[in-house]
Amino acid sequence: MTLNFILNGKNLSVETSPDRRVVDLLREDMGLSGTKECCGSGECGACTILVDGESRLSCLMLAAQLEGRTLLTIEGLASNGELHVVQQAFVEHGAVQCGFCTPGMVLATLDLLRRIPEPTREEVRRELSGNLCRCTGYQKIVDAVMAAARTLHGGMS
Amino acid sequence: MLGNKNMQNHEVREIGVIAPRIDALTKVTGAENFAADLYPEGFLWVGVKRSDFPHANILAIDGLAASKLTGVTAVLTHRDIKGSNRLGIFEKDQPILADKTVRHYGDAVALVVAESKAALTEALAAIRVEYEPLPPVFDPEAALETGAPILHPTRPAGNVLIKSEIVCGNGAANLEKCAFQATVKIRTGWQEHAFLETQTGVAWMEEDETLSMTVSTQTPFRDRLELAEALGISPAKIHVVAPCLGGGFGGKDGVTVQGFLALAAMHSGGRPVKIYYSREESILAGTKRHPLRAEYTVGCDQDGVLQTLSCRLLFDTGAYASLGSEVFALAMEHAGGPYRIPNVSILGSAVYTNNPVSSAFRGFGVPQAAAAMEQVIDELAKAGGFDPLELRRKNAVRRGDTSPTGVLLTQTTGILECLDQLERHPLWRQRTKWGESAPAFKRRGVGIATIYHSVGFGPAIADYANAKLEILTDGKFRVYAGVSDMGQGNASTYAQIAGHILCQPHEIMDLVLPDTARTLPSASSSASRTTFTYGNAMIGAAELLRDRIRARAALMISFQLLHSVPIEEIALLPGVARHLPSGRSVPLSLVATMMDTSERTATHSYTCPVNNQPIASGENLRMHGFPHRVVTYGAQLVTVEVDTLTGETAVCDMLNCVDAGRVLNPQAYEQQVQGGAAQGLGYALFEEFAVADGRILTGDFSTYILPTALDVPDMVTEPVTPDEKDGPFGMKGVGEIGIDGVFPAIANAIAVATGVRITAETMSAEKVLAALRQTGQEGRP
Repeated sequence: MTLNFILNGKNLSVETSPDRRVVDLLREDMGLSGTKECCGSGECGACTILVDGESRLSCLMLAAQLEGRTLLTIEGLASNGELHVVQQAFVEHGAVQCGFCTPGMVLATLDLLRRIPEPTREEVRRELSGNLCRCTGYQKIVDAVMAAARTLHGGMS
Repeated sequence: MLGNKNMQNHEVREIGVIAPRIDALTKVTGAENFAADLYPEGFLWVGVKRSDFPHANILAIDGLAASKLTGVTAVLTHRDIKGSNRLGIFEKDQPILADKTVRHYGDAVALVVAESKAALTEALAAIRVEYEPLPPVFDPEAALETGAPILHPTRPAGNVLIKSEIVCGNGAANLEKCAFQATVKIRTGWQEHAFLETQTGVAWMEEDETLSMTVSTQTPFRDRLELAEALGISPAKIHVVAPCLGGGFGGKDGVTVQGFLALAAMHSGGRPVKIYYSREESILAGTKRHPLRAEYTVGCDQDGVLQTLSCRLLFDTGAYASLGSEVFALAMEHAGGPYRIPNVSILGSAVYTNNPVSSAFRGFGVPQAAAAMEQVIDELAKAGGFDPLELRRKNAVRRGDTSPTGVLLTQTTGILECLDQLERHPLWRQRTKWGESAPAFKRRGVGIATIYHSVGFGPAIADYANAKLEILTDGKFRVYAGVSDMGQGNASTYAQIAGHILCQPHEIMDLVLPDTARTLPSASSSASRTTFTYGNAMIGAAELLRDRIRARAALMISFQLLHSVPIEEIALLPGVARHLPSGRSVPLSLVATMMDTSERTATHSYTCPVNNQPIASGENLRMHGFPHRVVTYGAQLVTVEVDTLTGETAVCDMLNCVDAGRVLNPQAYEQQVQGGAAQGLGYALFEEFAVADGRILTGDFSTYILPTALDVPDMVTEPVTPDEKDGPFGMKGVGEIGIDGVFPAIANAIAVATGVRITAETMSAEKVLAALRQTGQEGRP
């Protein structure tokens, strides 16, 4: 079937099977391998994408669910060669090690900061508890999210 | 390159200062290509048919029906393998595809190559394998009994992979003379690496019959040799590329999917093949941390001076040796902890069973040994009425001492300073207050552990690296990192080292990750040696290239000044070489174009010195790495809160005092300590790996529970930084020490809080609650 959706700011018409997993559509069919798969069962958050601004697990979504939606994957976040504040904070605060959880973690952070612009560390930990990281012990990820929140909040006020 | 204004303002990041990792920039945008991310044009999927039994003879494999299915291009079995069909480092006992016998449920029996995942699934189900079940053995003690089923009948030692004894002084007999004694008997379980990128790769045959492979591996150079022998092809005809790994932790130390990729590529007529394990297959087929059964008795005199250690260690290595003997040797070497103990008897063995295969996992046997040793030290403190920190301090090794296993400690030994840092910290000073401040239905306690961890391979295998560094004609630099970066950021650190020596910003250097055709042979990414060894090699290469650049710049400036310019008068600055007396500069891009191609690349080889002292006992461990020379140390503290209603344990604070020598990049150093400690926390509390009759019951992430951001507290990391002369810039290697003491520190904290010890595997809520029930504490406010 033909699906129409907006992906990273571009209107797309995509011919695909309605039961194709979104993670496969992105990675295998569209070459957007920034979205990772590591458990395939909704336990780890590595395949997180934003659908209409909300974080969703692309390994649990089927292509048909994308009709009329607006998607953001990690590839669409930096603009004009400038890292997003959250990406910049992850780099500067050492929140990236192997990097396989990073795209999902960054997008989950975007959703978190949209809902809770000035989170406490505890809130960050709770909100990101659906995204597993095996390398960092999470501390520097929390540091990065707090720093990004400060930058974004400071920028708005 | 992406980056904001700060990042574009590239600076020289000296050794010792925070240097953002180069790879973070590409990882944070999704641009970094991991092995999992490669989908070559026209590729075929590869899948594996696994065993239906934990132990059985294979009578027949019928792949005919499968091979006739639409979309299936090949069905392969052991008959398609021309070489020895045996993988392994020392003990080559593991087939790529089982030929006569299967020895655990993860054993591979056949391969399918297909156009789609759907065709793959259908074909794997259509393969018929006829088995003759054999009696299995799952209990490591039962595996030692007479009449037990033997996994590898051609081995003279039956199911014993390796056995050794280390005896010092009067051994266990001296226990009689001790004023105080304590005994602890524990079992630790398997631990799953749970790297987020499962085992994966792509491969194809080049036109010249070279097998080309891009794979998630810690050991690209060693893989070539292992594959060549098993497949009967020349190692020169195998090309391995190792891009950034999505985690490794030891689970990609050696061949995982490489044999399957190679075999499939050799039967696909030049088309690329791809394999990418599901999480379930990764857990089923991947290696684990070795389970240990240990009984420890220690004794001291009236003053708390340790006199005697007597212990027994039994490791379950599973169906194949893999790195079992090496893990065993390191556990034996570290079995007595970083203490002075004159009389020691350590008896250990590692045995085959029909359980999952155990091999390398961060810590490499030391976390298991420390789990036992550090709990019995706390029990001894209790028995003798000693303060647990004072007891550790009194007995801690100093440089020049001999370790409990007879190893002379000739290098930096910072354990006392680690204990000093721990003692000064408020988390320790306020431990009594912490215990007393527990709210209703909670119990609080503080636990500590003292640990040490050797660096590198030891005397048997050359611990070597070959660095390669190039100045490009645009004046920028390219670092050829021959050691895999499994996420620890070592490749970026190599660039930082080069940048420090060349006075250039490292962030704009080009990194070439391990590639057997471009980077030079270097040993594995493992053993806390990744930066230690390659870093030393890089110092040599960078100094050589620096002086070549200076020499060529001196020549160029001497033509301008019309007098000879000595190299000492040339300094490298970002982008230029400057003649200091005249102030004249030459851009590096110009210098580089005046250099011959052969001059623009510098290489340097480094092999670590080894400990050549005679060893009184445990001689058979030498070929597996015993003894070591450079050692890291640590003292770890946790505060816990145990819930008397649920049995749940929360780790509230963690303090890591670590001597890993000088710190090259404080951010990368903390990443290693925090990440290791978090894995230790999971190992202690959540990661119960359940196996029943050889079958894994925790086969996915909904049953095998990893720590989340809610479970790991903010930690304090306090480096102790002696200048280790063997190490590059005085460093030692910080990759593993952070995991080693967390399990016993948590066990000791729970014991302080509740008086109970969980002695079987993880300290899960269920087990803690049962222990609270037995001691009348369940549900007590």
